[in-house]
Amino acid sequence: MSDHAVLTGEHFMTGDEAAAEGGLAAGCRFFGGYPITPATEVTERMAERLPEVGGVFIQMEDEMASMNAILGASWAGVKSMSSTSGPGFSLMMENFGLGIMTETPCVLVNVQRGGPSTGLPTLVGQQDMQQCKWGSHGDFEVIALSPSSPQEAFDFAIHAFNLSEQYRLPVFLMMDESVGHMFEKVVIPPADQIKLVERRYTTKKPGDYLPFLPDEDLVPPMIKFGDGYRVHVTGLTHDEKGYPVMEQSCHHPLVTRLVDKIKKNAHKIYMYDEHYLDDAEVVMVSYGITARIAQQVVEECRADGKKVGHLRLITCWPFPEAKIRELADRGVKGFIVPEINLGQMSLEVERVAGRGVPTICVPNAGGAVHKPEEIHAAVREVIK
Amino acid sequence: MSTAVTNTAPTGERQVQHHPKDTLLRDDRLPHIWCPTCGIGTAVSCFVEALRESGIPEEKCVVVSGIGCTGRVAGYLNLDSFHTTHGRAIPFATGVALANPDLHVVVFSGDGDLVAIGGNHLINAARRNMNLTVICVNNFIYGMTGGQCASTTPETARTSTSPRGNTEYPFNVPYLMEACGASYIARWTVLHIRRLKKAMTEALNKNGFAFVEVIAPCSTLYSRRNKLGTGYDLMKFYHDNAEIRHGANTKDVGIGFQTKIIVGKFVDITKPTFLEKYQGKTTGGGK
Repeated sequence: MSDHAVLTGEHFMTGDEAAAEGGLAAGCRFFGGYPITPATEVTERMAERLPEVGGVFIQMEDEMASMNAILGASWAGVKSMSSTSGPGFSLMMENFGLGIMTETPCVLVNVQRGGPSTGLPTLVGQQDMQQCKWGSHGDFEVIALSPSSPQEAFDFAIHAFNLSEQYRLPVFLMMDESVGHMFEKVVIPPADQIKLVERRYTTKKPGDYLPFLPDEDLVPPMIKFGDGYRVHVTGLTHDEKGYPVMEQSCHHPLVTRLVDKIKKNAHKIYMYDEHYLDDAEVVMVSYGITARIAQQVVEECRADGKKVGHLRLITCWPFPEAKIRELADRGVKGFIVPEINLGQMSLEVERVAGRGVPTICVPNAGGAVHKPEEIHAAVREVIK
Repeated sequence: MSTAVTNTAPTGERQVQHHPKDTLLRDDRLPHIWCPTCGIGTAVSCFVEALRESGIPEEKCVVVSGIGCTGRVAGYLNLDSFHTTHGRAIPFATGVALANPDLHVVVFSGDGDLVAIGGNHLINAARRNMNLTVICVNNFIYGMTGGQCASTTPETARTSTSPRGNTEYPFNVPYLMEACGASYIARWTVLHIRRLKKAMTEALNKNGFAFVEVIAPCSTLYSRRNKLGTGYDLMKFYHDNAEIRHGANTKDVGIGFQTKIIVGKFVDITKPTFLEKYQGKTTGGGK
């Protein structure tokens, strides 16, 4: 392919590099970032690659600035992206909220490490899974994708851009240090085989256009700065015209719509893999690097005659409630959730599964992936 | 905005003549939130005229504000405008300016927003010579939240969080901006409307980081707590105590409590912008 943005072919690269390549293949032409382990390689790859495809890379002064810069670029009509890890992710939460409130498409990669605070800069964690859902103040829904391999880092980066353009919000690519630093084969398809969802711009003329009047899917068509629409966009509560209105009668419908545009479209957004779920008595629920160890345990259990299945979350948010509920209603004996934190997505499984079906978290505060035996022990707890 | 009844038409309907600045203001958002005698309106008025004079097509001008009294400016200008979070107007504007270099991006915000919580962004954008026009209305106080001490509040001045008088050293903002490498630095008070407008016009047409500090009265909070009188008294103070000194050494332009205010154009240099250097378009540049 002559398109240098899409490096069609087989590569041996890290998850971090693959996420950057996925962004470029999706049409990202602006990256604002700040160095942080273990996400720095995303930033470095973009610094190298963006000038080659007519894009702009800038190393900002901090992560608050990075997040704002990508919001600004998006309103100027350019697909934009940033990457970070825990400490920077905390700083980005402020303006992630601005992106939610102003319905700004962009993609944010979090290569998770162990926390809290500076924690384990170079070692794995999956500890920001609830932070990405709740870390910015106020009510909102998010979309977060979790790759388990460098190939998926590439694929899901593209999908993250597609979802962000379709639903107009910053979308998370929630990686972890192990996937981010892992070298594996990554196959990049020809550009014409990559499905891209482009931004829906208004067809109305300036004067007739209301920037926050949604279509039927609850998503308003967008404009870009400089097109003559003279829009006002604010992080304050605003009406359909975009003007601030400090009233409950405006705030409630606005925030409800921001939540509903994800909730009511969740059935179109959910993505998960299932293995051996048809007859499973025990269901493993996992994501990211942990899914690879969980899958090994599931295979070993099956070889051992134990009816264990695996639900691998691709979208951690929105959480596939219907699938968990269906399994719980069918009468599985328990859910096992290994994750590199002390119980985050397991809370969600537990909430949906209810009291009738036990949810067992296999905790791990970070620094290394689970040993298969730790997960086997949890299986034995359910199938005595 | 400033609608005037000119006559009564035969039908009985009132005919309204629009103010010349109306098309650049969102008249459906008026009245504005600013107090009587606040200086921000004057700064906006000067900006509207400066934009007209600059020759920049209105649809290519984007105004970005942060939070605070001046942070509301973006919402009143009939341009593409964005109201960011507190302190973050400059990085948002940076993203806009780099994504579409055809746009003229203006940051219009206050001293608290730009110099304190947004200080890191301000100094780094100046250092990069980012192609932005930054208009900083400095009223020495946090107005929106009720009159708290700022990083620009003169020593000894009383605010609600320095009730016994400010004991901190304030920023000398033009000096800070020059040290960071800004291409254009001017300061005027809102009394100097003709000169302020000219400085804004120059800043708009400056290729690079252009900074205009606008000294403005806050009679509701700053003046009341410090017993400085009404808006009129403050303008009279500017009249009597502002000294025009073009090309002044910015080291000497710090502002004390009720001291002389040095105004003028302090810096006007030419050097490649961030994007020019990035794209290797200038001899000083190269990727």
